Amino acid sequence: MIRILQEMLGYPFLVRALIVGVLVSLCASLLGVSLVLKRYSMIGDGLSHVSFGALSVAMALGVAPLKLSLPVVTLVAIILLRIGSGRMKSDAAIAVISSGSLGIGVIVTSLTTGMTVDVCGYMFGSLLAMSKEDVALSIILSVIVIVIFIICYNRLFAVTFDESFARASGVKVTVYNMLLAILTAVTIVLGMRMMGAMLISSLIIFPALTSMRLFGSFKAVIISSAVISLICFFIGIICSYQYATPTGASIVGVNLVVLSLAVIVEKIRKEGQV
Amino acid sequence: MLLKCDKATLGYENKPVISDISFQVDASDYLCIVGENGAGKSTLVKGILGLLKPMSGNIVFGEEVRNASIGYLPQQTDAQKDFPATVMEVVLSGCLKQKGFLSFYNTKDKEAALVNMHKLGVGHLRKQSFRKLSGGQQQRVLIARALCATDKLLVLDEPVTGLDPTGTADLYAVLRDLNEQYGTAIIMVSHDVRGALPEVRHVLHISFDTVFYGTAREYRDSAFGKQFLGGVNK
Repeated sequence: MIRILQEMLGYPFLVRALIVGVLVSLCASLLGVSLVLKRYSMIGDGLSHVSFGALSVAMALGVAPLKLSLPVVTLVAIILLRIGSGRMKSDAAIAVISSGSLGIGVIVTSLTTGMTVDVCGYMFGSLLAMSKEDVALSIILSVIVIVIFIICYNRLFAVTFDESFARASGVKVTVYNMLLAILTAVTIVLGMRMMGAMLISSLIIFPALTSMRLFGSFKAVIISSAVISLICFFIGIICSYQYATPTGASIVGVNLVVLSLAVIVEKIRKEGQV
Repeated sequence: MLLKCDKATLGYENKPVISDISFQVDASDYLCIVGENGAGKSTLVKGILGLLKPMSGNIVFGEEVRNASIGYLPQQTDAQKDFPATVMEVVLSGCLKQKGFLSFYNTKDKEAALVNMHKLGVGHLRKQSFRKLSGGQQQRVLIARALCATDKLLVLDEPVTGLDPTGTADLYAVLRDLNEQYGTAIIMVSHDVRGALPEVRHVLHISFDTVFYGTAREYRDSAFGKQFLGGVNK
């Protein structure tokens, strides 16, 4: 496996994919713990579909995909959060926005380029997608996401664990929820080319779920989530390279196996206690 | 005086929910707020916590409260029941108030957290996962967290909801201890009037049309209290 990895490092486009993949996996897994615990998993999923719509429109217009998707997805993230605290049921709102943007995306692509192999790449992930400019932007943004996460760690914990208490302690809960949504939007946009718009949300949800099965402390869950995410990413991308399967799908596959193992471990532990 | 509510009217978007409420909480007082569902207990709690400005009248805080703020125990949410966090992590988050932009905890915070955990008899659980504790233990941990914010005034929102009779009795004993030994003033919103009445010093009863404020004894003897208690204390 090390040999394959060395072989992969010989190709510049694969090196780019690895760099972006590592950073995005880290961001996604860190944010994922809070999102899953706050019952926001569906927002991640909805946003990934929005990113597909934005991507299709950007391709049709000939604009750099990241530059258009980033503001659009961030905006939708903020709107979704607003709706969540308002009158319309948020799960319905997410369904409307996510299927709506998927529809727009598909219409735009079929009118312009048609449903080609490229489109399959957008949807399920491709190793070839990263340009040099994308890599630079990804590095900057993911470093920002990680730094903000570390600085706000204790506040994010408080807001995730107990919004009412955090609010009474003078923490601006709305601001932190917004921050969480924006960071998630950024992470999704960064990861969508490689993971595929349909599958990027798995990067957020799987490692967090797996870690929550295994650990009882917030810090341990966060760290384990990051580690599991990275391991799954490397195994997935090597499989993708070796068997020419879509990158995103391969990584999801590995994550699914790891989650199943964690569920089994949890079951065994529980039986051991009884 | 820790807190004084003077003819306060509270509500949302210019619609008053509760009006003309007056009461006072002194150091080491113990006040129980009771009332029908929807009569505005939660709204009043928001006012006490300073999250809602009174539309008219005043809610004034004493010097000690203004500096150290209020320790708050909110109603438990479902998400907390399976939350992966250690008891230590939960209690430490009570120290957040005094933190600046970089919200990292120092040794002093950790010591305060430990002291408060011992006060509530959950010190030995500090490395345990919060989700593995019983309902009563979880409440104790959350009160320890509230004490990290301040030990002058605690506001508890429905602290015994969901606890079994033993857990409820335990929790009342813990609160009595805090109140008598450490002089912590307590404001408690509760459904459990009968259980709470022997514990508390003052009662504030909010109803849709009337408000009662007085000592627990006065409340028991008032027509108001008799009706609400359903003749249990004959």
